[in-house]
Amino acid sequence: MTAKTERSIPFIYKFIVAILALAGMFWIAMMLGATNTTIKDVWLALTSHVKNERILMIRELRLPREMAAIFVGAALATSGAMMQGITRNPLADPGLLGLTAGANAALAVTMAFIPSANYLYITIACFIGAAVGSLLVFGIGAMKKGGFSPLRMVLAGSAVSTFLYAVAEGVGIYFKISKDVSMWTAGGFIGTSWHQLQIIVPFIAIGMLISLFLSRQLTILSLNEEVAVGLGQKTMQIKAILFLAIVLLAGASVALAGNMTFIGLMVPHIVRTMVGTDYRFIIPMSAVLGATLMLLADTLGRTINAPYETPVAAIVAIMGLPFFLFIVHKGGKVLS
Amino acid sequence: MVRLYTKDLNIGYHEHLIVKNLNIEIPDQKITAIIGPNGCGKSTLLKTLTRIITPQSGTVVLDGKQIFNENTKVLARKMAILPQTPESPGGLTVGELVSYGRFPYQKGFGHLTKKDYEVIDWALEVTGTIQFKYRPVDSLSGGQRQRVWIAMALAQEMDIIFLDEPTTYLDMAHQLEVLELLQKLNVEQGRTIVMVLHDLNQAARFADYIIALKDGKIVKAGNGEEVMTRDVLKQVFHIDAEIGRDPRTNKPICLTYHLVKGE
Repeated sequence: MTAKTERSIPFIYKFIVAILALAGMFWIAMMLGATNTTIKDVWLALTSHVKNERILMIRELRLPREMAAIFVGAALATSGAMMQGITRNPLADPGLLGLTAGANAALAVTMAFIPSANYLYITIACFIGAAVGSLLVFGIGAMKKGGFSPLRMVLAGSAVSTFLYAVAEGVGIYFKISKDVSMWTAGGFIGTSWHQLQIIVPFIAIGMLISLFLSRQLTILSLNEEVAVGLGQKTMQIKAILFLAIVLLAGASVALAGNMTFIGLMVPHIVRTMVGTDYRFIIPMSAVLGATLMLLADTLGRTINAPYETPVAAIVAIMGLPFFLFIVHKGGKVLS
Repeated sequence: MVRLYTKDLNIGYHEHLIVKNLNIEIPDQKITAIIGPNGCGKSTLLKTLTRIITPQSGTVVLDGKQIFNENTKVLARKMAILPQTPESPGGLTVGELVSYGRFPYQKGFGHLTKKDYEVIDWALEVTGTIQFKYRPVDSLSGGQRQRVWIAMALAQEMDIIFLDEPTTYLDMAHQLEVLELLQKLNVEQGRTIVMVLHDLNQAARFADYIIALKDGKIVKAGNGEEVMTRDVLKQVFHIDAEIGRDPRTNKPICLTYHLVKGE
């Protein structure tokens, strides 16, 4: 009967609590950092036109950076949730199934061959790379009959990712741009500007909207492919649109923050224990929780060894690895 | 004229045809069992009848329309599919799963109406699973789970239900429970039932019409008396069977068998 009592807390209350947690984390993230600021500074930076050194720092450096963390966290968590739903693979994550590595390689190639490429072009290259990377993984996974077993997908993902990272490195070394590439891919949210946000956020917003609109379809799809067809879903169509949304979200995340594994893996699993198996609830909750966790990771990155930065990808990985092992250990029983 | 039939159905890829030039009619409001050895194309046929697989040529007609051109949601109100051993996401409750049977009737975000809730409770009631409504599906036994999936199909308010080996992995009592539930749905509500079965005696006992397949072709189709014969079983399963009568149901029953030797 636990299920009954659990369900008696309506989703909307849980969601409000999550939003409050996000707002709280945002506030903490804005206050802490290499430069100490006060609540008043943050308030003035957000609401007024007052200009002094600390307030400008908040407005032009910290605010865009934390906004980026919010959007990237939400995007990665949402795309992870969608991937887990479509593939019914509890280990699905944009970082594990080749999307991140693909975007990375595309980024390096673009920087090498079109040095003049502006931010929009690089972002689009990331989308293409993410699509190619994931198609490679799915292609290899599907080569053998009955091929989409969770572990084989992850193996294919790691093989393809390793290859694509090698491509990125090779291109970087050969064209002597490896420093630029790694600044981008390993840089996390350092130096995110309002200009970058203006370009990236619309893509993330579109991806999120698609995922919200199709969340009910995703629930049906996550049951079983044949059941979904039997219930009258056009599964090919739905999967194609969801795939587009995943590519937009994962590609945009790489363009903004570089490599980030595990957020997309972890968050949806945590969310399922809170709101159940219905993607109408999983998607929005994953977005909020993903944003909160990413803010936390970036804030830790900025503060544990201030004034030096600890790479946020490393912090996410440290938080995520035990989780990954836990899910592998459970053998997919926690599945979605 | 029956509602559902196939026309010159070829299923498979290129040279490798799994089902060849198949013409069958599914009798309305009856129980049909598809039997045959492993790899004979039973499941493939079932998946094609339910539009999961598109055939290479030929077609499936329901109510005078080719199902592959029909609106898939409209079809979902007429037919339901129960795949072999479907798994459900961990933590999904029985009530939620059955509510997805209302999907073909919903638009947009799918808020359940009063009528939807009534149908869901009715489906749970009929299948004897109402007491599990708030329990996670994966906490139930195999037989209970199978009944819950049947409840989901019922929530679709379909006329025809297709099942792929609904008794696999169940113990004898639970097998019977599932088959008797299906029989009840057929007798009391006039629903057409089409299922792939492994157990010949179950097929003979519960089905009005049996289709025996081998290598993608029909060896024999008819009632239990016609299909459960020494000759047919020899052709289909390559066994030498002793056929008797079930003392309780008076249906034909395979008492014992040997492999056909010397070939």
